[in-house]
Amino acid sequence: MDLRVKLPGLDLKNPIIPASGCFGFGREFAELYDLSKLGGIAIKSATPERRFGNPTPRVAETPSGMLNAIGLQNPGVDEIIEKELPWLAGFDTEIIANVAGATEDDYVTVIEKLNDSPVIKAYELNISCPNVKHGGIGLGTKPELAAKVTAMAKKAAKKPVYVKLSPNVTDIVEIAKAVEEAGADGLVLINTLMGMRIDLATGKPIIANVTGGLSGPAIKPVAVRMVYQTAQAVNIPIIGVGGITCAEDVLEFLYAGASAVEVGMYNFVDPYCCVKIIDELPKVLEKYGFSSVGEAVGKSFR
Amino acid sequence: MQAADVRVTENIKIAKDTYKMTMEWEKSSTMRPGQFVNVQVDGFMLRRPISISLVPDRRHFVIVYKIVGEGTAKLSQVKAGDIINIFGPLGSSYPIHDDTDSILLIGGGVGVPPLLELARVYKKIRMKTYVVLGFNDGESVFYEEEFKKLGCEVYVATMDGSYGVKGTVMDAIEAADIDSTFVYCCGPVPMLKAVEAKYTKGYMSFESRMACGMGACMACVAKDKKEENMYHRICKEGPVFPIGKVDY
Repeated sequence: MDLRVKLPGLDLKNPIIPASGCFGFGREFAELYDLSKLGGIAIKSATPERRFGNPTPRVAETPSGMLNAIGLQNPGVDEIIEKELPWLAGFDTEIIANVAGATEDDYVTVIEKLNDSPVIKAYELNISCPNVKHGGIGLGTKPELAAKVTAMAKKAAKKPVYVKLSPNVTDIVEIAKAVEEAGADGLVLINTLMGMRIDLATGKPIIANVTGGLSGPAIKPVAVRMVYQTAQAVNIPIIGVGGITCAEDVLEFLYAGASAVEVGMYNFVDPYCCVKIIDELPKVLEKYGFSSVGEAVGKSFR
Repeated sequence: MQAADVRVTENIKIAKDTYKMTMEWEKSSTMRPGQFVNVQVDGFMLRRPISISLVPDRRHFVIVYKIVGEGTAKLSQVKAGDIINIFGPLGSSYPIHDDTDSILLIGGGVGVPPLLELARVYKKIRMKTYVVLGFNDGESVFYEEEFKKLGCEVYVATMDGSYGVKGTVMDAIEAADIDSTFVYCCGPVPMLKAVEAKYTKGYMSFESRMACGMGACMACVAKDKKEENMYHRICKEGPVFPIGKVDY
C-alpha cells in the first residue's frame, strides 16, 4: 500500500498530521511513540512575541467534541527557533509551522524569522485569530482580508504557504478562491467552529473567554462538506481536518477531496490515535479497493 | 505514562456522592502520591483527571471521585469486573522530606484522596503525621479511619458542625493546637488561600479543567506568582506545586 503523499514543500510518508494546538511541539507525545512515524506535524502557533493566552477555564466538553479558547499561548517565534526546532530536527517527519498574529505584519515577522530554519517545510497561516487592526474580526472571515494576508505571507515566505480557513463564514468557497488567487500553495480546512456552553448552576459561560472553538467528531460532517465544496472549486491541494478519529474518517476526507489530513482533539481522547490510524489506513484503503492514498482523493465528485 | 485498559475490582459509595474505585494494573507501583490518572468514561469525549488516592499493593491503585456531573455519574455505574481505559500516571508528585519533625496534611472534600497515599509513604519513614480533613457535612466525611489506621493523628471539621469541629480546616487546626509547620494541602480554592495565608513551607495540589492531561494543549495553565511571564501547566509541572508558587 502506497501511503505517500507529495504536496508543495511536503514529502509525507503517510497522510496523517497532528493538528496545530493539539500536539504542542511534540515533546509530550514523543514519550509515547516515535514521532518519525507521523507524516508530518503542524506545530503550535507561533506569534512574534510570547503569548500567555486567555484566562482559564479554557476548555469545555460538548456532545461529541469540545470547546477551546486557549488564546494562542506560545513561547514566541524566537524561543521556538532556539529551543523547539533543533529538537524536532531529530525526527524524520515534515514540520509545518502554524503562523498566527494580531496584525498582518505579525505574520510577515514570524515567517521572515522562520525562513532560514531547515526544519520548517511549509507554513500554515492561522487566519481565524482576532485581528486588532480590523476590529477584532478574523482575517479569514472576509475574502479581501484573507487574500491580503496571504499575498503578504507569500511575498515574505521562502517555503510554501498553506492557509487554514475558518468555517465561521457564509461561503467558504469564496474565501478559498480569494486565497488561491493571492498565491496560496494549499489549503487546510477547517479550523474550529465558534461555540459556547453555559453552566447550569451558575448561569454563566463555562469558558472564561465566553466563546470557544468547537472541535471533535461533532464538526466532522461540516468539515467534510467544506472540503467537498472547496476541492471542486480550487486547483490547489487541501489538507482536511475536523473530527477525525479513525482510518475510515481519513478515507471520507480523501473522498471529499483532501490530499492529506490533520488529526486534532482526538489526540486528547486517545493519545496514540495518530499511529493507530497510520497502522489501520492500509487495511481500510485495501478494503475499499485502493492501492494508494492518491487514488481515493476526490472520489466523491470524480 | 501510558494509556491502558484496566480491570475495575471495586467501585463503591463511601460517602455522600463520593465513590471509591479500585483498579488492577501491573504498573501501579510506578504511581507516586499526588499524581493523577486521566480516566476515559464511556460515552464522553474528554477524560476525567482524578488523583491517585492509594496504591495498596504493586498491582492495584485506588481513585476517589465525587459525582459532580454526567461524566462522574456515569463512572459511578461502572461495575467490578468492567474494563476502563486510564492514561497515567500523570503530573508531578508530592516530594518527600525526611528532614522535618512532623508534617500536616490538610484536605478538603475530594481534595482528601491523594493525601492518603502520601500518608502511607510517610508511614514507612515513621514521620509524625497530623491530618486535618474538612467536609461540608457529616454525610460527606470519608477516610478518617483510613488515616487513623496508618497511625496519623486525625481531626475532622464540617462546615455545618454535624461532625467533628464546626467550621473550616483552619478552625480545626486551631482547636487542636497543631504546631506542625510543614504542610501538604489539597482542596477547594478558599481552603488553599487560607492555608497559604498561614503556612509558607510545603506543597499544594490543584485541580483544573483539562483536555490532554499531558502538557500538550495548554488548557490548564496558571501564572507564576512572582515571575510575570512564567506559566505552569497544572497537568505537567503540577498538579503539585510548592506553596506560594502559582497564582490561582
